[in-house]
Amino acid sequence: MTLGWYLAVSAIIFSIGVAGVLVRRNPLVILLCLELMLNAGNLALVTFARMHGGEAGQIFALIVMVVAACEVTVGLGLIVAISRRNLPVDVDKLHELNG
Amino acid sequence: MSDVLFFIAAIAAVAGAIAVVTLRNPFYAVLALVCHLVSLAALFLLLRAEFVAAAQVVVYAGAVMVLYIFVVAYVGGGEEIGSGNALRIIGPVFAVALAVELCIALLGSALSGIDSQGAPYKLGFGTPEHIGKLFLTDYLFVFEVASLLLLVAAVGAIVLARRRRGLEDEDPALRRLIAEPRPAYTGTIAEGAGVRKVLQALEEAHGGIIALGFSPEEEHETVPAGADSANDESAGSDGGEA
Repeated sequence: MTLGWYLAVSAIIFSIGVAGVLVRRNPLVILLCLELMLNAGNLALVTFARMHGGEAGQIFALIVMVVAACEVTVGLGLIVAISRRNLPVDVDKLHELNG
Repeated sequence: MSDVLFFIAAIAAVAGAIAVVTLRNPFYAVLALVCHLVSLAALFLLLRAEFVAAAQVVVYAGAVMVLYIFVVAYVGGGEEIGSGNALRIIGPVFAVALAVELCIALLGSALSGIDSQGAPYKLGFGTPEHIGKLFLTDYLFVFEVASLLLLVAAVGAIVLARRRRGLEDEDPALRRLIAEPRPAYTGTIAEGAGVRKVLQALEEAHGGIIALGFSPEEEHETVPAGADSANDESAGSDGGEA
């Protein structure tokens, strides 16, 4: 397969992630869609590493994985805090920043 | 062979992504994301990125998804997808437009490598050995910053998710005791045995905390010489009873 196919798959997955962030209202699912977008970026990075013949892109992809893990940890902590305060788990109703 | 594998993995990845967005139950969405991640790992393997594929399966599909499932089980609940929201129509349209635009931008970018199978690579490209060597030589600073970021995220998650109102329903005597400046030779272990016993021990030692009249600079001198032994004895017996 030529590498353009991989880039096309990456673009499609990224767009699906964008659609999920726009449409869904459950913050858990929004985090999942953020994961989709980060993974699409990872796929593009690994493809470019293959295209270039160097490993810097793979290092970049691994660092993106680390950042995604941090984002998930903090995001899930926020969701647990929200549900512990008996607030609605719905981003449309959580529009005030004051606690 | 690799073409067939590519199409199977790509279709599974896109189908998993669509399932993540469309399934109502967050639990099933997490399972669909696991399917998506595993097929993405297969794509990574086709691109000769062995270590990234292994990390994807172990870290993402293993650890992070377990975290998700725990939180879904804790928060629980399906989601009602309400209608009448303008974003529900605009969102998919925008996403399709974005996909078309990204495909045009990527495939029309006249990169010389786009129509190739990839650059020639050395033996051992993407193996854990090479990646580890790069992480400890060329990209050492990035590696250290990533570990620091993980530490910050772990501490931040604990701070965010902890119980904040732990002291409100407690004994008012404990709150008063915490607010007092603490004399020397008392510690949190003694307090853990119970407020009454700490107060009792202080009473035996030097006539109670109120009678002492602390000031910050003489905090350490106010305890009489024999007081710490009495305090230690009572604390020890408290621990035995508790």
